[in-house]
Amino acid sequence: MRFYIRKLAALFLTVLLVSVITFLVFQVLPGDPAQIVLGVDADAHQLAELRKTMGLERPAAERYLSWIKDTSTGELGTSLRYQRPVADILQERLPVTISLAILSLGLTLIIGLPLGIYIARRDGKISALFLSVLTQLGVAVPSFWLAFLLILIFSVTFRLFPTYGYVPWHESPLGALKSLFLPALALAIPGIAVVIRYLRNTLLDQSRMDYVRTARSKGLRERSIMYRHMLRNSLIPVLTIVGLLIADTLGGSIVVENVFALPGLGNLLITSIGTRDLPLLQTLVLYIAFIVVCINFIVDMLYKIIDPRIRLKR
Amino acid sequence: MLKLRNSFVTVLAALMITSLVLSGCGTNGTGGNSSGGNSAAPTTGSKGNAGNTGNAKPQDTGASSGKQAGGTIRVAMATEPDNLDPYLSAATDTGSMMDNVFDGLFEAGENSELVPALAESYQVSEDGLAYTFKLRQGVKFHNGSGLTSKDVDYSYAKLAGLNGKEPLSSKFAAVEKIETPDDYTVVIKLKEKDAAFLAANIIAIVPKDYEEQSVKPIGAGPFKFASYTPGQQLVLEKNDDFYDKDKAPTIDRVEFKIMPDPNSAVLALKSGDIDMVPGISSQGALQLGDGFDIVSGPQNMVQLMALNNTVKPLNDVKVRQAINYAVDKDVIIQTVAEGNGVKLGSNMSPAMKMYYQEGLEKRYEHNVEEAKKLLKEAGYENGFKLTITVPSNYPFHVDTAQVIAEQLKAVGIQATIKQIEWSSWLEDVYTNAKYEATIIGLTGKLDPQEVLGRYETKYAKNFFKFSNSEFDALIGQARQEIDVNKRAELYKQAQTLLTDQAAAVYIMDPSRSVAMKNTLKGFKMYPVQKYDFAAMYYEGK
Repeated sequence: MRFYIRKLAALFLTVLLVSVITFLVFQVLPGDPAQIVLGVDADAHQLAELRKTMGLERPAAERYLSWIKDTSTGELGTSLRYQRPVADILQERLPVTISLAILSLGLTLIIGLPLGIYIARRDGKISALFLSVLTQLGVAVPSFWLAFLLILIFSVTFRLFPTYGYVPWHESPLGALKSLFLPALALAIPGIAVVIRYLRNTLLDQSRMDYVRTARSKGLRERSIMYRHMLRNSLIPVLTIVGLLIADTLGGSIVVENVFALPGLGNLLITSIGTRDLPLLQTLVLYIAFIVVCINFIVDMLYKIIDPRIRLKR
Repeated sequence: MLKLRNSFVTVLAALMITSLVLSGCGTNGTGGNSSGGNSAAPTTGSKGNAGNTGNAKPQDTGASSGKQAGGTIRVAMATEPDNLDPYLSAATDTGSMMDNVFDGLFEAGENSELVPALAESYQVSEDGLAYTFKLRQGVKFHNGSGLTSKDVDYSYAKLAGLNGKEPLSSKFAAVEKIETPDDYTVVIKLKEKDAAFLAANIIAIVPKDYEEQSVKPIGAGPFKFASYTPGQQLVLEKNDDFYDKDKAPTIDRVEFKIMPDPNSAVLALKSGDIDMVPGISSQGALQLGDGFDIVSGPQNMVQLMALNNTVKPLNDVKVRQAINYAVDKDVIIQTVAEGNGVKLGSNMSPAMKMYYQEGLEKRYEHNVEEAKKLLKEAGYENGFKLTITVPSNYPFHVDTAQVIAEQLKAVGIQATIKQIEWSSWLEDVYTNAKYEATIIGLTGKLDPQEVLGRYETKYAKNFFKFSNSEFDALIGQARQEIDVNKRAELYKQAQTLLTDQAAAVYIMDPSRSVAMKNTLKGFKMYPVQKYDFAAMYYEGK
């Protein structure tokens, strides 16, 4: 129980700290939200009007405090850029980011795990060497470039997937899957490469351990050694990496969202910073901090399931 | 937060990809672009006749051409609308989308002329203080209510602040009183003569007492607003009750897709997921290949290097002139714009035919010796250090800055480039004029007052810090001058003065290129960013 209280307190403190730092940084950054929205062709009267609607005449600290008050009661304030409740905006954008995260995680695991095992089992063979070169490439290639490549191959040449945009699940599940597949793949490829490399390295490390030798001399079948003993022991570092990957994709992926014109959180995050939309940014930062802490927590729990020797101490 | 770095990477990537494409296609370019050519006529790329298709009347669907009724146009837009309410929006992109929903008393014509729209005719009193507009009858707003003078009264009162609230537009500051003698006549009385007032009447007329424009805009234009999904799309639908049968739309639906990445937009056009990309780069155009039309022409923008006229040593006119001599605009046009730009000499694009002062672009021909001589006279024989602040989200301006910095070296000026984020640029440079030199493109307007008024001493956002009593007098006079030709003459003098005083380095009007499927016809180029979808249609087989 104390463990959970501790975690909760840590979550609260992290979020508060991040929020205060964000606020302070925003005070230093130049930029007037009203002028940013309207641009260089704004009429002085329009500017004044918008500043009034945005409530900018109130001091920044006061606006921040009222945002904290709103948030603590469950409302998330009003976005300056969009002039709508932040909660509504999140409601529109979250499904995109979450679907994208789940899809890309699925792809990472479905492709990454078997290939990692395969490559470890065939260590030293030509096919494994070829795969390692590919994973090396997968780690090195930036995802926006991959995204363009995927569009060129699958959308422009073969016309299998749409080049951009998002179709909501409730409108057409197949359409949604189609619209999200390429971005998910672009996001997953670096992750797949990392998972393969990690899994291969730990599996090879494990294969030199005493318990594996014992298992072999006992006459256990190679399959059983691999899947019942070595794999389980190798999953811990992979799990850590996967946890990081999930937290990353759930926070929104700016580049891939931009290339595929997806209305996700990454895009929103950039907009909120660019337009100095403090209520929106604060909420997003809160969300991201929350996600990171939660994922870490889940990963800790999974450690315990995979390896019961691990105790969540203190 | 860590991913912020990626936006920089995106830009880099875009550059890399485009450079790859370029090297692949060879650099044959569009060589013969007449750099001195002042013609505002659109030039059509590749496949031919998109420039002159807009004249066929929409009704004769049968015999003459293979004009198809209906269809959807999907347009890639780089930015999100700032506000759907025409009175609260200032962004050019938003204006070009919503212009199809709203009509004003006038509309902007292809040659900067005012075309009567909701107004049938108008009269100006002899003292220039009273404007009488006769409204067209039988006009219906999208909510079904008929247009009367009351709607104009409501709209203009809102803009001028005559409804007891704050005004929404300074262009209507001169309005003293609005009278509506009958349902179809509006008389507008001005406090003082204002020659810019007529052009201000292109602003949207909105239905009376309707306050939901920001959520569900209602106008009288050829298209009705259907929906807006932030981050995804803005959809317009055909207005079947459009008042002008000759200009009634053929297209059923226009979908503006919000696509922040220009490369994705090109790929989407190529794959057929998009029908039209306004503002395509020359590299993007090269990727397209067959099946697309590219229309390009001057976009009435002034790309310039603004010099802060109050900062030492730029407060010395000789130094500013020296910089003008040191910069070789032709090189910038050939490299940065790949030849797709028209050289400028003052703050006016040749697209503004009537007001453009010819010949100023030849005032400072590239001349290193002359530049050095002027610097010596000003006491800066050994040059000086200059910081050029550029908004990092405009690769075009950043590239220009790099070329200029290199050119300034030849006369001993050590220029360093400081890239800052757009929001910071707006605050530091545009609002507070805390800078030495900056590069930016100023979008053109229909009326020269809005273009040249930026240099008036009293103009709040005069970030040039240019202050010249002779200039102020010319602009003041022009504002009062009702005679169109005399007024144009005054603006020409004002341009000459800007050039002589070297208020800034006027670089070019970069061409606007619009790419679309070659079955899409009827696109017309305007001196302002305007897309008239009512005139567009798909060609049948």
